[in-house]
Amino acid sequence: MKSNMMTVMKKELRRFFTDRRMVLTTLLMPGLMIYLLYSLMGQGFASQSSDSEDFKAKIQVMSLSDNMRFWLDQDSLPVEFTEISGEQEKEKALEALGNQDSEYHLVVCFPENFDQLITEYEVSSGLPAPMVEVYYNSSNTDSQSAYRIVTELLNSYESAMANKFDVNVGGEYDLASEEDISAQVFSMMVPMLMMAFLFSGCMAIAPESIAGEKERGTIATLLVTPLKRSHLAMGKVISLSIIAILSGLSSFLGMMLSLPKLMGDGELINANVYGMQDYLMLLLVILSTVLVIVALVSIVSAFAKNVKEATGWVTPIMIVSMLLGVTSMVESLCKTEPVWFFIPLYNSVQCMNAIFSLNTDMVNIAVTVAANICYAGIGVVVLTKMFDSEKVMFSK
Amino acid sequence: MKELLQVRDLKKTFKISAKQQKIQKTKEKVKVAVNHLTFTAYQGEVFGLLGSNGAGKTTTLRMMASLITPDEGDVLVDGTSVAKDPAKVRSKIGFLTSELKLEEFFTPNYLFDFFAELHGVEKGTAEKRKQKLFDKFQISEFAEVKVANLSTGMKQKVSLVISIVHDPDIIIFDEPTNGLDVLTAKVVTDFLLELKAQGKTIVVSTHIFSLIEKICDRVGIIIDGSMAVCDTLENLTKDKSLEEKFFDIYAERAGESYEK
Repeated sequence: MKSNMMTVMKKELRRFFTDRRMVLTTLLMPGLMIYLLYSLMGQGFASQSSDSEDFKAKIQVMSLSDNMRFWLDQDSLPVEFTEISGEQEKEKALEALGNQDSEYHLVVCFPENFDQLITEYEVSSGLPAPMVEVYYNSSNTDSQSAYRIVTELLNSYESAMANKFDVNVGGEYDLASEEDISAQVFSMMVPMLMMAFLFSGCMAIAPESIAGEKERGTIATLLVTPLKRSHLAMGKVISLSIIAILSGLSSFLGMMLSLPKLMGDGELINANVYGMQDYLMLLLVILSTVLVIVALVSIVSAFAKNVKEATGWVTPIMIVSMLLGVTSMVESLCKTEPVWFFIPLYNSVQCMNAIFSLNTDMVNIAVTVAANICYAGIGVVVLTKMFDSEKVMFSK
Repeated sequence: MKELLQVRDLKKTFKISAKQQKIQKTKEKVKVAVNHLTFTAYQGEVFGLLGSNGAGKTTTLRMMASLITPDEGDVLVDGTSVAKDPAKVRSKIGFLTSELKLEEFFTPNYLFDFFAELHGVEKGTAEKRKQKLFDKFQISEFAEVKVANLSTGMKQKVSLVISIVHDPDIIIFDEPTNGLDVLTAKVVTDFLLELKAQGKTIVVSTHIFSLIEKICDRVGIIIDGSMAVCDTLENLTKDKSLEEKFFDIYAERAGESYEK
């Protein structure tokens, strides 16, 4: 009878692996979809940024001074300009810009004798400074981009007029190594995503396996056999954990391979900065986390009368776990004292954060894994009691 | 004769929720489903539990099968108490009710092997038994067809076969021919007679008089959770048909008259 737990496990795994649709949607699709989605998003961002590099602001300028003309004429500036003169031309240009009929993105109006005005202007005089008017149309993205470029140029021109010091001219000043950049990106993003992937993997199978069996009446068929309730609970939790881990690994692989593409710099950010020990630690944390999540989802599913109700109850728990995942992004919420690592799910997020930051603390990982195994054990005991409870199993 | 199944002073109550109180138009918070029920089934006999819907038949059978716990009383299955050792009781009985469903994703072949393993039946023995039962119920040609694709009658046959996968001496069947076509119902009835001939002890609950008359040695009539009459079929049908007798007892107990 000791092998009954294995018999239940084999049945659960057979149920899953012989259902092509389940295998496709739970194991293959998550990893593939994440890889494709992140890669395409990365490509999109990259092409947007290269588009913006080629972009030139086409502007109409009124009362352009000699100095400004000389400055704007530089080939290196992303600006093409045409001069206009007189109030009538200005009105016409503004109307066309307002109606989006203009081939120009901006209308820039300098005061008459701009060069002389700024040479004579004393900041200490308290008088209003000469003002440059930059008209744009915020409903047009090109006009917005042109506005950003031109105001930046004018601000830098303004700074150049009273240049007292420079900051970071030439040279390499970012001291972060490739390893540090990868570690920072992965440690911020992966824990939250990983929690979501593990939870969604469990949600795809646990409610169906437990609440589904209740709903269809097949659990009662199992309960009239000599099968011990504890064996049934453990068989279910372990087999569901195996499937959830495989589903989580599929998502993990998809994410690790595509995240550098999403961040737009495949050479600077890559997962090679982590060694075998880091991955082993990660696997330990993920294994213990999956046990906790499966136990939690299984208990909720056993309470529910049907799959729909179970899924409805599990969703808020998943949201909470994702919120806990966000703690990896907020430094003040990242605790390092071992006592914090007794908090289920939070401990997993923080351990993953530490591993990906290359700041692994063995004590905290040991506390997390031990605590998670204990919680999963408690979950199995609760589930066993629930399988033994006629109120829970046969309530309608 | 050996008392193989002893039901002693069994009582079971269920709480009635506020919603159910409204539907049933009652202020009672508790429903007594089974009220101090006592009867015995002897080795090799077929005992029939007869009663209307909601009389407490299924609840009684569920307590006998250790699926639910009695509030009071006990059931001794070949000397083993359901309250004290439910797992041992489960290994001694075969239980079939329409509420027990098979996983539709699996085939009869796999399900037989799965339940045989849970009951600890040795592989060779299970294989021989499967062959015999599948042939008897014409399941063999559907052995590799998923349960979802089987007809209702075939599903019931598979359920029956799986409930006795471990060749139990005590078999409890709740409405075994309910919802079956006449041909399948006959196959099931004949099989119950065959089991009886093999010396198995069978408890059957039903509201079909003809089934009781065909296979039962003794009959217990349950009304509102209590045992109204428990006697041999011979004694009960001495001067009247079982159906007439049942309605007489029912009218007497419930204080109502029935048009015959």
